[in-house]
Amino acid sequence: MSEPVNKTEVGSVTGLYSEHVEWSTNLGDATIHAKRMPGRFRTLKYITESFWLIFFFGAYLRWNGKQAILLDVNNRQFHIFNLTILPQDIWMVSLLLLLLAMALFAITSVASRVFCGFFCFQTAWVDLFTWIEEKIEGNPNKRHKLDAAPWNGDKIGKKVLKHVIWLAISIFTGISFTIWFVDAFQYWRDFLSFNLSMLEWVTLISFTMGTYFLAGFLREQTCLWLCPYARIQAVMADSQTILPAYDVSRGEPRGKLRHAGKVVEQQGDCIDCFQCVQVCPTGVDIRDGQQLGCITCGLCLDACDSVMDKIGRPRGLIRYASLDELEGRPVKKLYQHPRTWVYVTILLLALAGIIYGLNHLGSLTLRVAPERQPLFVRMSDGSIQNKYTFKVLNKTDHNLQVNVKADGGIKGQQLVGIEKPKLVTHGRATSFTIFVKAPEENILKEVTKIVFRVENTEDPTMAAEYTTMFNAPKR
Amino acid sequence: MSDNQNSAGGVPTTGHVWDDDLGDLVNQPPRWWMLGLTASAVWVVVYWLMYPSIPFATSGDFFKGIGLPATGQWTAIKELAEDQAVLDAVRKPYEDKLKDMTPAAILADSELSEYVTRSGKVLFSDNCAGCHGQNGVGSEQKGEKFAVREQGLMAPVLLDDDWLFGGKVDDIHTSIVGGRQGMMMAHKDMVSDAELDTLANAVAAGNPASTPLFAEKGCTACHGADGKGVAAMGSANLTDKIWRFDGSLEGIKHTIRFGVNSGDPMARVAVMPNFTTAGKLSEVDMKKLAVYVYKFGGGQAEAVAPVAEVAAVSAVAEAAPAPEAK
Repeated sequence: MSEPVNKTEVGSVTGLYSEHVEWSTNLGDATIHAKRMPGRFRTLKYITESFWLIFFFGAYLRWNGKQAILLDVNNRQFHIFNLTILPQDIWMVSLLLLLLAMALFAITSVASRVFCGFFCFQTAWVDLFTWIEEKIEGNPNKRHKLDAAPWNGDKIGKKVLKHVIWLAISIFTGISFTIWFVDAFQYWRDFLSFNLSMLEWVTLISFTMGTYFLAGFLREQTCLWLCPYARIQAVMADSQTILPAYDVSRGEPRGKLRHAGKVVEQQGDCIDCFQCVQVCPTGVDIRDGQQLGCITCGLCLDACDSVMDKIGRPRGLIRYASLDELEGRPVKKLYQHPRTWVYVTILLLALAGIIYGLNHLGSLTLRVAPERQPLFVRMSDGSIQNKYTFKVLNKTDHNLQVNVKADGGIKGQQLVGIEKPKLVTHGRATSFTIFVKAPEENILKEVTKIVFRVENTEDPTMAAEYTTMFNAPKR
Repeated sequence: MSDNQNSAGGVPTTGHVWDDDLGDLVNQPPRWWMLGLTASAVWVVVYWLMYPSIPFATSGDFFKGIGLPATGQWTAIKELAEDQAVLDAVRKPYEDKLKDMTPAAILADSELSEYVTRSGKVLFSDNCAGCHGQNGVGSEQKGEKFAVREQGLMAPVLLDDDWLFGGKVDDIHTSIVGGRQGMMMAHKDMVSDAELDTLANAVAAGNPASTPLFAEKGCTACHGADGKGVAAMGSANLTDKIWRFDGSLEGIKHTIRFGVNSGDPMARVAVMPNFTTAGKLSEVDMKKLAVYVYKFGGGQAEAVAPVAEVAAVSAVAEAAPAPEAK
């Protein structure tokens, strides 16, 4: 053990040590002030992020005098324009979740984390918050200086203004979330008169504080340490997936630009200007390769392209490229990507299920429970009577009269209690009892199938059926 | 923590060593944790004082807890009462309406008759099912366990359309409020064995009037000339398929011989208690039960529907399955 060992360097092993400093973990101890540069992806990002305007203003849309989209959890019904979705139809929500998941998978398998970079609420809100920060505190250089500066009137003024605006946006976010679940205008009236319910206050405060904290302070740390999708999506990308990537073969060896804009011979196109790192909202260096911190927002592509323009080199040193392309393997076409097709197939199945569901919502739902104790009653004339409890769910927005009919069952059976149409109140299940009385000599089996049907008196096509059994003594 | 690179930082260990080099540092737990622990300990004391926490009683007295300023001392019965008050508040509007309504009017109101069905189910199970069976299916007494006079139903099936004392909702209500007692005299001294045989066979065949004995022995006085029974007297319909007592030939003979509630020790017993004097049920309860029993499926509608303007009268209320003799 104690014998000294002579170690001799073979090759450039000492070069390994230099790698150590390259790899640092972003633990959020230094605030990232990303530079804002104009460009194609910047513009695209503004456009995609404005999708969230629907979140802010969509709930105010009215439809036939009511809120167009109202997820009325209190009354257990979702209103989406003309549709009313009751708890019985909630299975479609699982298909909707499947659809959204598959859409995420499919997009990610084609073009990596498009959702993260362009649509995610964390990305969007952080972008908005830092935009405000830039308007108040100036560019990243000024912001770094301001952070380091002692507290004086100017700093306090700027910081207070910033936080007030952040909080205002956060409150508006909380309100905008809540009004999808309650009447939007009534909510504002209650809010302004401090008459919200406890649940509404709690929702508002938690969303306000959540937005303020996540978008104002946690920022990229959310993507790095909190978000599960950042990790899940990595497994959906493969060598065929295009993602913002640094073209190593073209860029290396990197080196600073020399005097008078001259590029030293044998040097790659990367001039090591760190613009790609400066603009990155999560503070990663794309030249290190694909990594967890990269939300594939494309801002480094804009930055690099602008530099390439300046030094007269072709654009695309950092570009959307697949691993195959970068490593010189043959690039397959999009349709040659089976993984994507699997995702798309499942997506289409889920979509088909939802479309089927929405077309078969029906206005009436019928459940019939046969009496179990006793299964049948012998009447004084010797006939056998069964009792059925009907539950009719009226999903329209008005009360209906329905007629009851029966198919199958016993020859000569008599339905008792159907002489007058039944009133079924809208929005809830109405129950009533029907008796079926059948002559015993016509009963051939112990259990006979019987199909009940309720139909709207005014529109017989609006109907619901239920299949159940007619019970009789042992034959 | 495999990659824990922190040294002990000068903190001493407990002195125990495992696996050559593992030791326990004697660090204080974190401040927040200690505060939480202390607060929990304080809370235990507060909690203990607030509630009846000492499980010993001396001479009927025990520590009842100091309670909360707003609600006072806690007792389980108080909590139960509070929970019941919540239910009662929900039921009150219905119960108030029921007080001034007749059973027929309740039946005609689809919402109220549905409400009554719910609470009626509980009342029936508690008070009626003992004799009439759960859901009114009747309770058959058969076999050696029962004496001959007990063979047959203990109490009538309430689901069918055969009623001794009438199947209109008011009749049912009257039966519950005042009780019922069937009456049939013993005929053992009036009929010979041969006559008994003839009579019993005619009754078993569902056509008692086919033998002149039916009129001669005075059966028609109670059961009517056609043997279909008279509701006012509570006499049974002898022509239908429903048997109050044992419907076998032997059973019929037994009934004819010894009668019902006739005082004879072998007589069949058929007594429905008077629920008003029993005092267990309120007036509203008895109305609820009348409607509930009516809705079993055998109830007979009034000649004229009591409240015609109600759009959706209960299914059963509309049903008028008048008993038809075969």
